[in-house]
Amino acid sequence: MTSTRFIITVIGSDRVGIVARVTTVMASFSVNIVDISQTIMQGIFTMIMLAEAPEENFDLAAFQKAMDAEGKSLGVEVKVQHEDVFRFMHRI
Amino acid sequence: MLINPNEILETIQMVRMEHLDIRTVTMGISLRDCSHPDIEVFNENIYEKITGRAKDLVRTTEEIQSLYGIPIINKRISVTPIAIAAESCTAPDFVSVAKTMDEAAKEAGVDFIGGFSALVHKGVTPGDLKLINSIPEALSCTEKVCSSINVATTKAGINMDAVGLMGNVIKRAAEMTADRDGIGCAKLVVFANAPEDNPFMAGAFHGIGEPECVINVGVSGPGVVNAALRELENPNLTEISETIKKTAFKITRMGEMVGREVSRRLGVEFGILDLSLAPTPAIGDSVAAILEAMGLERCGTHGTTAALALLNDAVKKGGAMASSSVGGLSGAFIPVSEDAGMIEAVEAGALSLEKLEAMTCVCSVGLDMIAVPGDTPASTLSAIIADEMAIGVINKKTTAVRIIPAPGKKVGDSVEFGGLLGLAPVMPVSKFSSEVFVKRGGRIPAPIQSLTN
Repeated sequence: MTSTRFIITVIGSDRVGIVARVTTVMASFSVNIVDISQTIMQGIFTMIMLAEAPEENFDLAAFQKAMDAEGKSLGVEVKVQHEDVFRFMHRI
Repeated sequence: MLINPNEILETIQMVRMEHLDIRTVTMGISLRDCSHPDIEVFNENIYEKITGRAKDLVRTTEEIQSLYGIPIINKRISVTPIAIAAESCTAPDFVSVAKTMDEAAKEAGVDFIGGFSALVHKGVTPGDLKLINSIPEALSCTEKVCSSINVATTKAGINMDAVGLMGNVIKRAAEMTADRDGIGCAKLVVFANAPEDNPFMAGAFHGIGEPECVINVGVSGPGVVNAALRELENPNLTEISETIKKTAFKITRMGEMVGREVSRRLGVEFGILDLSLAPTPAIGDSVAAILEAMGLERCGTHGTTAALALLNDAVKKGGAMASSSVGGLSGAFIPVSEDAGMIEAVEAGALSLEKLEAMTCVCSVGLDMIAVPGDTPASTLSAIIADEMAIGVINKKTTAVRIIPAPGKKVGDSVEFGGLLGLAPVMPVSKFSSEVFVKRGGRIPAPIQSLTN
């Protein structure tokens, strides 16, 4: 692991307020959005964010739990994964 | 976007829908410094050593699982073959060692511990014999202990005395766990050319050329390969090979990344990444399904060996590029009970023991998780082992037999072990005897292929 950057994916059916509520949780953990993209693919809402967590005192487990809970209450699936997964798998 | 959204979604799809996971993170631990003539002192030594070395293994592995969002299914430990580490113990048997390993595994929180093992390809020491004779009881009174015996190598030939012995040990292990469908045999492997750094059970042990402590990783991704092949439109076999290669690369990279991070956090050397695609009983996460995606009506029909050869070779080519530390078994696995497609093929009458034997010529690892009738004679089990060992010895590759003579069961029945071990339909064996051949004993000499110097 070389950074504190994470890929956050939100997948589910579209509704009002998904971005607002997910980013509110992120803000409460001082997680900053570096890049964001969202599309509707076959009626399924897909949001991908590259986010940067604070380097010190960042509790990944608590953040993942909070994001997961928010996703559940919105009826969408939220995943927080370290960016290395995606770099390592697809790039040399 | 800094990372391609399609790549991100592809990775997520692999995990969510196609069962991509890390099958195992296995910590190898040397027990060579634990020897003592008093078996109680020896047991204390190994307990301390195993629980000490592995105390952070499970916690660290789980942290990495949530960091990357990639499931890590099993955490395991492998140790120096007990026949070597316990050779100097004066006790008449090594059952208490297995119990100690079981307790240490439970304390460490791991799923399995391997290394109740002996290397007897050329001959048997008193310690080897004590260990082999202890296997049936050891496997019946423990949950997590796995046992493996190497009875043949290309350099030494096949120790037919040991092969004969193992037929009886397997029978006895089945009888002693008859109340659980003979599960003892699911934790016992007989090898030719056993690798010293294999992370997969039941055959993992910490080889004598290995360092003090090491992390080895095994991946699981037949579901991903299967899905990738099914997306191709009317491909030819060259295109299929290319797709498998690319997919294997991606799966292996994931294993490499996880292995290196676990090693770094534990301060333990990274050993190897095993390229084998280990199937699971989940639908679609199946090596048989991949072969069928290539165009075979059922796994086991004519053409299966060729298709498997293509798969195995392409997996290695993709995987070798993805990791600089390839080792272990590194080939496609074809365990019957652990692969839903294999089970279906057996039940449909498409896949026989003879075809499986042919398939093991072109892949790792051997006749794996195969149930046969409970009344199969020990000499027939030994002869099945001898055939498989010959394939390994002559082809300079690892082969293995993990066979369950299911107590009280006959062809048409099945045995269920649950979890990753799955469900095995009972397969017929030849009704003709091999007893005189097996009883001759001695050694089948090393083949001419061994004279490479």
